[in-house]
Amino acid sequence: MIPLSHYLILSAILFSIGLYGVFTRRSAIGILLSLEIMLNAVNINFVAFAKFMAPQALTGQIFVIFTIGVAAASTVVGLAIIVAIYHNYKTIFVDEIDVMKW
Amino acid sequence: MWSNFLSASIFYLIALVSIIFAILSVTLKNMFHSALALIVMLLGVAAVYIYLDAEFLALVQVLIYVGAIMTLVIFAIMLTAEIYNKNIKRQNRQKLISLIIASSMAGFLIFVLSRFKAQGGVSFFEPLTLAMIGKELLTKYVLPFELISIILLAALVGSAAISKKE
Repeated sequence: MIPLSHYLILSAILFSIGLYGVFTRRSAIGILLSLEIMLNAVNINFVAFAKFMAPQALTGQIFVIFTIGVAAASTVVGLAIIVAIYHNYKTIFVDEIDVMKW
Repeated sequence: MWSNFLSASIFYLIALVSIIFAILSVTLKNMFHSALALIVMLLGVAAVYIYLDAEFLALVQVLIYVGAIMTLVIFAIMLTAEIYNKNIKRQNRQKLISLIIASSMAGFLIFVLSRFKAQGGVSFFEPLTLAMIGKELLTKYVLPFELISIILLAALVGSAAISKKE
């Protein structure tokens, strides 16, 4: 039986990797991919806590279903925005898209 | 005893593979390879869900993330990123400071969580079934369920409206 803290440590490591990706990636699609890693780490946390703290309640699993739905919606809109930006500016590198800065 | 040890070691193997492929996914130069590495990491997370007795979530993970979202992401990569151009820098100048921040956060969380002892941890109850999830979803959580369908519809219409050429 794997203890709860090992699931939480796995989730923390994945979250930190995603954070590093969000900080360092230049491509907007790369940032979206790193966000997916962070969201999955959070979902592992939800399910692990639900299993160990309240094994008879379904709240954790149902919350993860909603999280996956919202993450799918946000990814779809993000990719649409990236494609639109690529049409207009011919680049998807976030440090070159600076029309709304300054 | 032996099967316990076996299942635990398979879990740690899956966790290691997920972490390695997550690192590959944020560091690889080729965006297409990075998306493929992310697919392996998502499958690893689905296996972790199975270890947590959430078979339905594992199924949803494989269907929605690996099946739908990653297909869409690869589609967008093919449409936009110059994946074969080797000369473009893929990472910005904040590599060192981001590495320091992310690893210090990971170290702090691991330090805190490894001292954390859970009070519960009993799993002698009967497992939660898919029928129970469906019943809860359509009785107690019916309002969020309808809200998420509206959100998905808005995302569908919105993404079609944003990405069309005027």
